[in-house]
Amino acid sequence: MEARIPTLLVENLKTYFFTRPGIVKAVDGVTFAVYPGKILGLVGESGSGKSVTAFSIIGLVDPPGRIVGGQILFQGRNIAGLSKEQIRQLRGSAISMIFQDSMTALNPVLRINTQLIETIRAHRKIDDLEAYEKAIQALAHVGIPAPEVRLKSYPHQFSGGMRQRVAISIAMLNEPSLIIADEPTTALDVTIQAQILFEMQKLCRGKQTSLIWITHDLTVVAGLADEICVMYAGRIVEHGTVADVLDRPLHPYTVGLIGSVPSRNRRGRPLYQIPGMTPSLLSLPTGCAFRERCSRADASCLEFPEVFEPVPGRQVHCHHPHLE
Amino acid sequence: MPTTLVELKHVTKRFVKELDLAAKMAKRIGVSVRREIVHAVDQVDLQIQKGEIFGLVGESGCGKSTLGRIVAGLLQPSEGSVWFDGREISGLKRREAKETALKTQMIFQDPFSSLNPRMRVREIIGEAPRVHRIVERAELDNYLDGLLLRCGLDPIYKERYPHQFSGGQRQRIAIVRALAVKPEFLVCDEVVSALDVSIQAQILNLFMDLRRDLGLTSMFISHNLEVVEHVSDKVAIMYLGRIVEQAETEELFDLPLHPYTQALLKEIPSLEKRQMDFMPIQGEVPSPLEPPSGCHFHPRCPKPGDPCRIERPVLRELRPNHFVACHNPHGMR
Repeated sequence: MEARIPTLLVENLKTYFFTRPGIVKAVDGVTFAVYPGKILGLVGESGSGKSVTAFSIIGLVDPPGRIVGGQILFQGRNIAGLSKEQIRQLRGSAISMIFQDSMTALNPVLRINTQLIETIRAHRKIDDLEAYEKAIQALAHVGIPAPEVRLKSYPHQFSGGMRQRVAISIAMLNEPSLIIADEPTTALDVTIQAQILFEMQKLCRGKQTSLIWITHDLTVVAGLADEICVMYAGRIVEHGTVADVLDRPLHPYTVGLIGSVPSRNRRGRPLYQIPGMTPSLLSLPTGCAFRERCSRADASCLEFPEVFEPVPGRQVHCHHPHLE
Repeated sequence: MPTTLVELKHVTKRFVKELDLAAKMAKRIGVSVRREIVHAVDQVDLQIQKGEIFGLVGESGCGKSTLGRIVAGLLQPSEGSVWFDGREISGLKRREAKETALKTQMIFQDPFSSLNPRMRVREIIGEAPRVHRIVERAELDNYLDGLLLRCGLDPIYKERYPHQFSGGQRQRIAIVRALAVKPEFLVCDEVVSALDVSIQAQILNLFMDLRRDLGLTSMFISHNLEVVEHVSDKVAIMYLGRIVEQAETEELFDLPLHPYTQALLKEIPSLEKRQMDFMPIQGEVPSPLEPPSGCHFHPRCPKPGDPCRIERPVLRELRPNHFVACHNPHGMR
């Protein structure tokens, strides 16, 4: 059991978007913790709220959205209410984020060296030469060959995989305590993904960096993460170690997700499909948001299921979990 | 008796970047300047049998999309020939060429850019069958409704625009559009790569149902090995424009013989592999502008031999129906 202070403790976070058609409860009461050197997989599909959770942590939620409740404790300190300037100081130094589309993280009109050096010098007093040396090292660490030459290039001169590695090296530059990665390898090839996962693993093991890996791809979290949180319609439905969640899933949605993966189905046979569709966040069913798609649902599911913790650290929100 | 529906004979596709004015002038004064040539597809032979799902796997830049477009008739090869149902398509006269072209349809990766945002679904799926008179004018609406229902879409969606649909729904619309002209052969290029896992399952199931019900033949292009393994009968692996290995699906995944295939399969994460020690293939993918000599994979190969740097390996049948282009295949039983 962990007695240390978690790098990040999110408690009952709620982020709502106040739009004209109605209030979108993108994140509606999310709680989890990540410890130094540990990797948390935040798993969910489109609309689950996983990206908005990340943006909330890092202070990138723009109007009409805002955090309406809960706490975000970074190394013990609540950062949910910080001013834009205070968050900016944290962002890029102690907490950094890697986005899905590397092109949006990189300024297309600036050379890579400018962007790396800018990031370094934004957070500490360091002279040009030292910053340059650090930039070269950063690129070498993510496996980019001939970094001195590559530094002079523009983002569009790199392939997608390389750009993502540059984005990762920028995220790692100031040795953050927490990295949040939002689907960084989804669009990339297997071999590039392997390279990136290798670098991230090295970082977490070496520098005790905490990592939150956001994805809908269960196979990547299987190989990379220590723990998994499964999100659906703005809430966490299940949490546990990778082995527990993947081998003994409790929540029917998790069971369904795992069942849809091709390797869990016999070759050529129809893949298991979760019936129905993800509900619109503007009109969620009352009680458990998954009940309309769930074969185990009954009248009790009209009440939102509070957390059930059969074993410490193993949690599920369900009235009829798949218990052995 | 399986019949070959689509065949490629020694197909090569080169993309040439001609010298611009500055480069031509530089050349005049003696600077060594060359045209840039990319061999996107490099002497590929392949056959797809009627009713088969032929999986084509490779990573970005390997030429699989280019190959897909050549097979679908959207691109002309620089060399070699493409055959459909026993006839070479470049030799066909106009009417036959048009009929043959209609028999092949393509579905693309990005459901957000492959549908015209300014057309209603009715026009998107109805335009081609109307123009080519696939069905009688009076029958068109019913025909389209039938197709929409078949693909899990409500006929009322005909009145909507693409932006009103999710990624998975747009892919279904793209599939309806392809089916509307009653094709025999579908080329699917990364059709589920942009979709969530559970939506992916829906689209793959639809695809497999249609294949069974309509007797479709298809080429399924993807970099996702798990998906390809699930739907394909036969799989070919591409690297820098060349096919390096090809076999029936189970055989290829059980016994990969080419070092590149072996490395790829080792690197795929799966639900069962926990705490993986990710071991990327050494080296970078070479630029297609300057591919290595001999076997393109030799700089990254764990056990290159002497001929590998010099001589291009040809596809040889090393086991029944299992072809490998390698001078020194590893793990032969």
